[in-house]
Amino acid sequence: MLYREAGDFKTSYQADSQTFPIAFDRWRYWAVLVIAFCVVPFFVNAYWANAILVPFLIYAIAAIGLNILTGYCGQVSLGTGGFMAVGAYACYKLMTSFPDVSIVIHIILAGGITAAVGAAFGLPSLRIKGFYLAVATLAAQFFLVWMFNKVSWFYNYSASGQITAPERFVAGVAVTGPHTAPWAQYMICLVFLTVCALIARNLTRGTIGRSWMAIRDMDIAAEIIGVNPLKAKLTAFAVSSFFIGISGALFFAVYLGAVEVGEAFGIQKSFLVLFMIIIGGLGSLFGSFAGAAFLVLLPVALKVIGVDLLGWPTDLVAHLQLVIVGALIMFFLIKEPHGLAQLWRLAKEKLRLWPFPY
Amino acid sequence: MKMKTLAAMALAGSMTAGTAMADLVIPDLSYRTGPYAAGGVPFSDGYQDYFALLNARDGGIGGEAVRVIECETAYNTERGVECYEATKGEGALIYQPLSTGITYQLIPRTTADNIPLHTMGYGRTSAANGEVFNWVFNYPANYWDAASVAVNYLLDENGGSLDGKTIALVYHNSAYGKEPIRTLEELSAMHGFTLTQLAVDHPGQEQKSQWLQIRRERPDYVLMWGWGVMNQVAVQEAANIGFPMENFIGNWWAGAEHDVTPAGMAANGYKSLNMNPVIDYPVLAEIQSLVHDAGNAAGDGSHLGSVLYVRGMYAAMLAAEAIAKAQEIHGVADVTPAMVRDGMEALEITAARMTELGMEGIGPEFAVTCQNHGGTGQGLVQQWNASAGVWEPLTGFISPDTSVIAPLVAEDSAAFAAESGITPGCL
Repeated sequence: MLYREAGDFKTSYQADSQTFPIAFDRWRYWAVLVIAFCVVPFFVNAYWANAILVPFLIYAIAAIGLNILTGYCGQVSLGTGGFMAVGAYACYKLMTSFPDVSIVIHIILAGGITAAVGAAFGLPSLRIKGFYLAVATLAAQFFLVWMFNKVSWFYNYSASGQITAPERFVAGVAVTGPHTAPWAQYMICLVFLTVCALIARNLTRGTIGRSWMAIRDMDIAAEIIGVNPLKAKLTAFAVSSFFIGISGALFFAVYLGAVEVGEAFGIQKSFLVLFMIIIGGLGSLFGSFAGAAFLVLLPVALKVIGVDLLGWPTDLVAHLQLVIVGALIMFFLIKEPHGLAQLWRLAKEKLRLWPFPY
Repeated sequence: MKMKTLAAMALAGSMTAGTAMADLVIPDLSYRTGPYAAGGVPFSDGYQDYFALLNARDGGIGGEAVRVIECETAYNTERGVECYEATKGEGALIYQPLSTGITYQLIPRTTADNIPLHTMGYGRTSAANGEVFNWVFNYPANYWDAASVAVNYLLDENGGSLDGKTIALVYHNSAYGKEPIRTLEELSAMHGFTLTQLAVDHPGQEQKSQWLQIRRERPDYVLMWGWGVMNQVAVQEAANIGFPMENFIGNWWAGAEHDVTPAGMAANGYKSLNMNPVIDYPVLAEIQSLVHDAGNAAGDGSHLGSVLYVRGMYAAMLAAEAIAKAQEIHGVADVTPAMVRDGMEALEITAARMTELGMEGIGPEFAVTCQNHGGTGQGLVQQWNASAGVWEPLTGFISPDTSVIAPLVAEDSAAFAAESGITPGCL
C-alpha cells in the first residue's frame, strides 16, 4: 500500500537509476541516517559503544571490503585478518611517526597502504582461482601475522610486541586513547562507514563494478567481451583491501586501543568476516551490514539473555553460544543460501503487493 | 530489521543495567571455554570460592557482602573489553583479568575510569612503577622477576656461574610470552649464557619443530613461558625427545597439575616456578565445609587445593585485604574503587596476617608503596612428583636480581609515561 512504485514518476535518467527507486525506501534511508547521526550520539553510553555499535560499524566496513572482492568479483579470500593487521600496523606506524598529522589522514593512508599490499597479494589471482586462490590468500594471512610478530620495527621495538594507540584528536575531540567519549568513538566510525558505503555503492554500479561482476559470472566470457581481467581483479583486490585496511585501523585505534597481532588478527578474524558476508548475502551492500550486525549482536544478545536474564553459568552460555551460532549458520545456508539480503529482497517483493497479494 | 534487533537489544540492555545495591562488587573476568580454560577454570573457582567463604563466614568484608559478577572472556581481548564495559557500571571495585592481552586493553581504560587493576604475576611488568601506573598493581611478583628467579635458581645449581651454558626459552608468541625476553637478554649478557628463543604460536598445539630444534641443539636448560594447552603439549614433546625433565623449568603459569598429568610418568621431575606453594592450608578445609558442603562451590568444585585454585584464592585474599585496608583508612564499609586503590597502595601482607587467615606461607611478606606496586618479586621452584601426583616445593622463596630489573622497569615505564603524556607522581 505504502511500499510501491506506482505514482512515483521518474522524469530524468538520474532519478531512474537512483539507489532507492521506491519513495518509502528513500524516506527510510534518510530516517536511518538522521537517527544514526543526530539521535544515537546523544544516547550512546560506554557499554553500547564498546560492546555493540563500534564493533558493528567496524565489521561492517570490513564486510563491505570483503564483499567487493568475494561477492562482486568472485575472488575468495581468507586473508582478511592479515589485511586488517596491515591497516592497524600502518596506522600505528603513521600515528607514532607523524604525531602532528590528523588521525583521519592516517586512517585513509593506512587504507592506501593496505590497498597496495592487497593488490600485491592479488597477483596470483590472475593465474589461479577458486580453492587455490583461497589457499594463496591464506598464505597471505599467515605471512602477514608472522611478519608483524617477527619484525620488531612494526611495533617500535616494544618489549611485549603490543601496539598501543596514543591519544589523537579530531577537531579538538579525542577519538583514540582512553579518554575518548563513547559518542566520539561512535561518530568517527560512523562517518568512515557512511563514506565507505557510499563509495562502494557507487563503484559497484559503475563501469568498474560491472567489470567485476562480469569476471565473477564468467571470466572467459568477460575477457571476450573486452573486460581486462588484470585490471578488474587487481582493482577489486585494491579496493577491497582499502576498506579492510580502514576497518583494521579503526579496529586498533578507536575500538581496542591496544592489539597484539596473533590474537586480534588471526585466522578467526578472516573466517568471522567471511561468515558475515555469507550470512548477510554475497554481492549485496545491505548483506554486509546485516551480516555484521548479526554476528556482532548475536553473541552479546545470547549472553545478555543467558547470563543476565536467566542466570545460567557463564561457561554453559559460552558453549551454547557456539552451538547456536553454528546451527544458525547452517540453518541460513540451507534455508536461504543467498543470505539475509535475499530475505530482505523477498520481504520487499511481498511488501509491494501487500495487502492484496493477487 | 536491523532497527528491530537494536530495539530488542535496548530493551534487554535496559533490563539488566541499573540495580545498584549497597554491596562490594567484584567482577571475575574468567575463561571457562577455549584453549586456555584448563588454567582459567581452577583460578576462577578459587577466586569466587574465597569470596563465598568471606560471605558465609564473616558476612563479607567489614560487614559488607561481596557480590561477584562472573563474565566469560574466553581469553579473547574483544570479549574482555565487552566484559569490562558491562561490569564497570555496577560499581566494580577491582579488576583481575588473568590475561596479559586483556590487561593491556584495561590499563588505559581503568586509569581513565579510576578503577584499580591488579595483575598478579602477569600483565605489564613496568606497572610495578606506581608513580607512572597509579591505578595498576602487579604485586607480589611479575614476569621479569620470574625470569630472574629462574636464572638465580640455575646459578645456584651451577655453583654461581652459567658461563658457556645454553638456555632455550620456549614462549607463547604473544605479549605474555615476549615479556621476559628483555630481562633474559640482559641476564645472558651478565652471566655469559647463550639464550635461544623459540616462539610457539597461539594456541600452542603445534610444537614439533621447536622441540626438534631443541633436540638438535641440546641446550643445557629449557625455560618455558606457556599457558593453557601449550603447557601439556610442551611437556609431552619434551618427554618424546627425551629431554631431561629436571632441566626443564616452566614459569608460574606453566606449573599446574593439568599441565603435567597428560604426560603421565614421563613428566616426572619437571620443574616450575610458583608464587604460592601448594600445602594443606587450613583455609581450604573452611572452604570445603562452609562453601562446598553448603552447595555454593563455583564450577564443579573439583579443583579445591590445586595450584591454580590456590593462586585464585590468593588473588581474592589480596583483593579482600586491600578492601579491608581501604575500609580502615577511610572509615566506611561501602568503599569506592578510588578508596580500594588507596587500600592497595597501603597494603601490607605479614606472615602473622597470612597465618591468621589460614594461609601460612602462601606468599612472601611484602608491603606496597606508591613507588613500588610490584612487591618483592620472590618466587620458589617446585618439582612434579608423578608417582605421588603432587608438586613438591624444592626451594624457599628466591629473590630476583633487582639491580637488573629496577633499571628496566624505570626505562620501560618512562617510555610509557612519555608516550601517553603522564607526569609521574603519587596520587
